Amino acid sequence: MNAIHSTSFTDAIVARGLVKSFGDTRVLGGIDLTVPTGSLLALLGPNGSGKTTTVRILTTLLPPDGGSAVVGGHDVVRDGVAVRRAIGLTAQQATVDDLLTGRENLELFAGLYHLGGRRGRRRARELLERFDLADAANRRVGTYSGGMRRRLDLAASMVSAPPILFLDEPTTGLDPRSRVELWAVIRELLAAGTSILLTTQYLEEADQLADRVAVISRGRVVADDSPEALKRQVGAERLVLRLAPADVPRASALLSAPGGAEHEITLAVQGPDHLRHTLDELHRAGIPVERVELRTPTLDDVFFELTAVAA
Amino acid sequence: MSAPLTAAADLRRLVGRDLRRELRTPDSLMVNLALPVIIMVLFVYVFGGAITTGSSGLDYIDFVVPAVLLMSGGYGAALTAVTIADDLTGGMIDRFRTLPISGWVVPAGHVVASLVRNVVASAIALAAAVVLGFRPTASLAEWALVLALVTAYILAMSSLAVIWGLAVRSTQAAGAFSFVVLFLPYLSDGVVPAETMPPVLRDFATHQPITSVVDTLRALLLDQPMGSSAAVAAAWLGGAVVVSIPIAAVMFRRRTAG
Repeated sequence: MNAIHSTSFTDAIVARGLVKSFGDTRVLGGIDLTVPTGSLLALLGPNGSGKTTTVRILTTLLPPDGGSAVVGGHDVVRDGVAVRRAIGLTAQQATVDDLLTGRENLELFAGLYHLGGRRGRRRARELLERFDLADAANRRVGTYSGGMRRRLDLAASMVSAPPILFLDEPTTGLDPRSRVELWAVIRELLAAGTSILLTTQYLEEADQLADRVAVISRGRVVADDSPEALKRQVGAERLVLRLAPADVPRASALLSAPGGAEHEITLAVQGPDHLRHTLDELHRAGIPVERVELRTPTLDDVFFELTAVAA
Repeated sequence: MSAPLTAAADLRRLVGRDLRRELRTPDSLMVNLALPVIIMVLFVYVFGGAITTGSSGLDYIDFVVPAVLLMSGGYGAALTAVTIADDLTGGMIDRFRTLPISGWVVPAGHVVASLVRNVVASAIALAAAVVLGFRPTASLAEWALVLALVTAYILAMSSLAVIWGLAVRSTQAAGAFSFVVLFLPYLSDGVVPAETMPPVLRDFATHQPITSVVDTLRALLLDQPMGSSAAVAAAWLGGAVVVSIPIAAVMFRRRTAG
């Protein structure tokens, strides 16, 4: 069910059949991805699904065992230097120096990008302003909050104004406010024409930012679609019905919904009518409902749904 | 800019980063600068009275200064293992690797920073020695050779430390190398005369590299007989550098290849 896109020069990132094993453990089992220029693809998956490995291969930090990838028009294996010139990476682990100030960090990286003294200093100043760090510019990064450190990390990735940006779980561990602030920054980058591949564990984050979402599970892309289509497929909300255990099989057949736990069934609801209809049906069949709960779909639901369809 | 000039500029920036970090870590700075003085005081006043310098006929302070120089310089050089392990276990190395710089510049930056740091620490140790009564008789040319030799020793130890730092998986384990380097001069002719040791140790102490470096330093600083020690020391240190740098480069590439 992988969507097939045609490969063209307008794609910022194209990966085909990426395979990677660590020892006997196969981490990637053939990843296909396409990020059209100027768009954001969210790579959505739980821990250990292969998101970071994919990012490390696409950013030349790790050679693939098989498959190919072209980033910014350059092959990641054959032409790593050219790829590195076209990309910025914000890894999961903060990659800024705690003992240096925010400004010193950015000036160091500007120097290592060979921007030259005055241009480097100007670039650092611009980025500090843009990422709302001007007030903290002369403080050591060790004193920064988690959100500020992520913003600095992102700023460091933008020093050379790369056309392509990789963000590996940029908001993991951030408080809700910092997360929303970071989203705003990412939207700005996107509006300025940057092509972005972002990994996340949060469906909401993918929904907020992405033009397209690739769901990854156990090293495979199990869905690749727009957030709207994905949510339609997954259902807007989850209805959890608590029943007597004896009633679960009958209710499950009646509603053609898989039984979840021993005394629960969970199904996607398509709006208020569907909800009323479901409860009516159970009532007519004489099945008492002990408790009704509505919740937004989680990543678990997405996986349950998608892997169920794939199987 | 040509490639070598660019690499030199990158190196300068990374060395600057390391030195800045050093200056902002007061505890490590204190250790680096105070340790030479403490060791010097310890040997001269605490052990000095009880140790005879054997057939050399030197005052103990004159006898021990070369070894203390190597201890303090070597200890600091060995900490290069920690600075490189810090980069590898933290995320910094990923940032460096996505930059358009040559990979070798990163470990080389740590080594050059170590040279700067530890030549300064050695100078402080030497100044402390003079305050405590050390009276070198070296000429200007001999001083230049002393500087070259101490620098070569620090370079060799720093390069070996890079290998150690790349081989271990944590900064704690990386720190262990400094104890090896701090301890080695004890098993040389530098702290007590090798002739006073039991036979097996005496053989080790007479032939291990540090003894040749100590003897050369004594010859340069105190008009002692040079003999073949300079050639032996040059061979040891030159060999260590020539062997360890390519090994470190290959290990760095492997370790950072994912």
